[in-house]
Amino acid sequence: MLDKKHQMIQQLTREFAVNEIEPCIDYAEEHGEFPDELWEKAARYGFMGCCIPEEYGGQGGDFFSSIIMMEQICRTAVGAASMFMANSLSGMPILKCGTEEQKQKYLRPVAEGKKRCAFALTEPGAGSDTGALSTTARQDGDHFILNGRKTFITLGPTCDWAVVFANVIRDDGKKALTAFIVEADTPGFSRGKREKKLGLHASGTCDLIFDDVRVPKENILGTVGGGWRVAGSGLSAGRINVSSQALGGAQGCLDEAVKYAGERVQFGKPIAKFQNTRFKIAEMDAKIEAGRRLIYSAAQMVDRGEDALLQASRAKYYMSEVANEVAYKCLQIHGGYGYMEGFAIERFYRDLRIMPVYEGTSEVQLMVISSAIMK
Amino acid sequence: MKILVCAKQVPDTSGKVAVNDDGTLNRASMPVITNPDDLNAVEAALKLKDAYGCRVIVVTMGPAAAESMLRELLAMGADEAYLISDRAFGGSDTFATSQVLAAGLHHIGIDPDDIVICGRQAIDGDTAQVGPQIAEKLDLPQITYAGELTVEGRTVRVQRMLEDGYMTIETDTPCLVTCVKELNEPRYMSIRGILRCFDKPVTVLTYEDLKDEPLIDASTIGLKGSPTNIAKSFTPPLKGAGVMLTGVDDSAVVADLTDRLSAKHIL
Amino acid sequence: MKQNDFMNTDIQAFHGVWVYCEQRQGRLMSTDLELVSEGRKLADELHTELCGVLLGDGVDGLVNELGGYGADRVYVCDSPLLRDYVTEAHAKVICDLVAAYRPEVVLFGATNIGRDLAPRVAARLGTGLCADCTHLDVDVGTYVEFLRENSTLDEKGIGEDKLREKFGHDLKMTRPAFGGHLMATIVCPRFRPAMATVRPGVMQKAPFDEAKAAAVVTEHPAFELAETDLHTRVLEVVKSTRQIVDLLGADVVVSVGGGIGSDVERGIALGQELADVLGGVLGGSRVAIDSGWLSADHQVGQTGKTVHPKLYIALGISGAIQHKAGMQDSDCIIAVNKNPQAPIFEVADYGVTGDLFKIVPLMIDSFRAAKKTL
Repeated sequence: MLDKKHQMIQQLTREFAVNEIEPCIDYAEEHGEFPDELWEKAARYGFMGCCIPEEYGGQGGDFFSSIIMMEQICRTAVGAASMFMANSLSGMPILKCGTEEQKQKYLRPVAEGKKRCAFALTEPGAGSDTGALSTTARQDGDHFILNGRKTFITLGPTCDWAVVFANVIRDDGKKALTAFIVEADTPGFSRGKREKKLGLHASGTCDLIFDDVRVPKENILGTVGGGWRVAGSGLSAGRINVSSQALGGAQGCLDEAVKYAGERVQFGKPIAKFQNTRFKIAEMDAKIEAGRRLIYSAAQMVDRGEDALLQASRAKYYMSEVANEVAYKCLQIHGGYGYMEGFAIERFYRDLRIMPVYEGTSEVQLMVISSAIMK
Repeated sequence: MKILVCAKQVPDTSGKVAVNDDGTLNRASMPVITNPDDLNAVEAALKLKDAYGCRVIVVTMGPAAAESMLRELLAMGADEAYLISDRAFGGSDTFATSQVLAAGLHHIGIDPDDIVICGRQAIDGDTAQVGPQIAEKLDLPQITYAGELTVEGRTVRVQRMLEDGYMTIETDTPCLVTCVKELNEPRYMSIRGILRCFDKPVTVLTYEDLKDEPLIDASTIGLKGSPTNIAKSFTPPLKGAGVMLTGVDDSAVVADLTDRLSAKHIL
Repeated sequence: MKQNDFMNTDIQAFHGVWVYCEQRQGRLMSTDLELVSEGRKLADELHTELCGVLLGDGVDGLVNELGGYGADRVYVCDSPLLRDYVTEAHAKVICDLVAAYRPEVVLFGATNIGRDLAPRVAARLGTGLCADCTHLDVDVGTYVEFLRENSTLDEKGIGEDKLREKFGHDLKMTRPAFGGHLMATIVCPRFRPAMATVRPGVMQKAPFDEAKAAAVVTEHPAFELAETDLHTRVLEVVKSTRQIVDLLGADVVVSVGGGIGSDVERGIALGQELADVLGGVLGGSRVAIDSGWLSADHQVGQTGKTVHPKLYIALGISGAIQHKAGMQDSDCIIAVNKNPQAPIFEVADYGVTGDLFKIVPLMIDSFRAAKKTL
């Protein structure tokens, strides 16, 4: 299924995750971020811009490479996924819709791992229903003045700039959804407090607040009114990316359960010898492998330039549901220990709960799938 | 200046080791890795490349499958690779292996400002003999157990690690250095390295290619040309169940423990 | 010496067992004495002479000690060029001596220097070399006895008659391979001398014999060595104590757990001292870390910190599953615990039931004494 190149990316990422990321997990869980040294190291090896072209500071890999990579990272730490967002949510819209100047100025440093870029679409009153977005942009000469609040923003606490979606109010009063690249040091830009979450403690999340933030018109990503196109440009990639997070996390759970079952002795033998354990693990393995094939096929469709929206939704729906089932059952195999901090399964269980939620809930994916196959 | 690195693909002995019924190693069932010390050798070469821009060439002797290791070393940053591979070389002991590798290095060409770097030893045989034997056959000065390595012009300065300290030794290029894991921390492959390594040259050298080398003599290569043979290979008896030590008092128990550990050379 | 002048295939022309006696700063290494003792046995089995080869600058004074452990004769080569070890100098002198005197066996200590020198010498002499041996035999009977005790081979697998027929007079050099999972016995049937480096600390040192020490013959063979033969320069020789190593890379780990709770300070001090005696590092169980007795980097058994040292000593650790998972692959495990039912004993090679505050001081003294006698 994987050619030699993808096998090597898998191997490299696995080694990097186990040797470099894993020792930082406790720190990251406590501080809400992985340490800067890890960011620098990951950047040096090219993880940040895996599938960004070389002319924009990336490595020039295909999208599938970034999916293989993300799977292996999340197999160790789901909370580390946001470090590599340049390959999906934050990098793709600039790559697809940005001008040459924007790509050099805002994509290159992110792909090189020198700067961090957030993706700010969701608002307190608008999730998947983007029609309800209330952040506004008022034109003032060569500038637009942004007002509003974005919520649940991954990388929010540390981003250097963000792709922000706001409605430009035209003279006739009509709203035109538009994407802007907003630098975090612009006056009026502020961040909310770090959110306390069920999981993903290793990844910072907060609100971004815009209070008369003046953004030059060169920073419009795409066109005025082209916000939908920008948001949609990374949609499939983003969903496949999240699917691979769920895939890696599920595999990580299964790894832990297999290991634990071999060590835990009850009634005189390792619980791995009991058929109940064996069948449970086999069943999970089959489901994970099915999800993996689905995700890989979706990623390869993206690389072939095909419309992957439906396949991405299938992958996202299936894998995020399976990942939670796997986390639940693997924790069960751990018994009481699985409920205690210090066992990786406890962390996986919490972290994976976000998978059917972000980047479009499972219900949204079902909407996409059903409307594609039913009139 | 170029750096020639000798590397070997070995079975990973850190995990489960599978042994056939006849006491030989079941290599097919074990994952293969690049010999750990050889990664330090590659890293040392790449550091010199980073500093001086020299070419790094990796050389291995092994089966065709060893190409996968060479690709990985190219993905770390090496420029070029040679795979010395032929049935005629199979079954070589350290003497015969060093004979073939030395011939391969000579074939590639060693210039006056070149350095050959090897890992200290391979984890499958743990002999540490191939490096020095290549040096002898190529008539190069050798410095083994390098824990620190600096190059200035043609002068190579090394801290040779000893059990009770170290010696600082200097020599001139061309020379051969074997390195220990303390020398450096090997880098990983990089994403870009992986994407590009398939465009870098990997040259296969067979017996045909090397047969005119002065070091290649059919009587000193392969299983038949090896001075040493394996008379017997066997597995040590399985580790028995643990014992609870008892004695008249604590002192007797500890004395018993000390005796047992001494007898097993653990102390 | 030129390789072509030396007929290394004329087996019958080679006699005598040689030991390369490594000296550092004018002092013998303890491996020299182990090798001379072992070499003595081999020489007796071969009915031949045991000779030491001693290279240095003003090292005549070391000869008697070598004699006392079994050397019949010691070839001493004295030169300022041989004072500090330089590969080319020592290799040249040894090769020239071997070509002149033709010993059938040459042993080196498998120290960093022995393992630098021996392969170079073997390559020049065109003969075989076996690295890092832990057992040597000439006599087939004793070798077969060794196999019976130390292998899983049955009598058919051992094949005594075949051994006698094929390798009856050869030196049988046994060594671990593949990280100790396999053992191999190596022979060098077609060439002489048969050469081996021998792992330090493995061979038994014989009792010192005053009479033999007095009887040893010192010989100063002629040798040629010029500064132009040397292409490496020794700039300095630095003695240093072992560097502190981390938990994951340590050969010896001594861990403390809840059992030190009654006197934490003393418990940690004892654990540290025991670790120091063994050249190891101190670790701790989850209890020891969570109670704040040791910092988190000492913890064994938490996810991702699995140790596999050669020797693991668990002091007052009951053996919770995550701890056992983190250390059970250690080569040798010693557990000391008050509770004879503690799960740690399930994975221990040696278990001691008792009060660690009484037992560990005894261990420290006993291990220290044992180490000194080596």
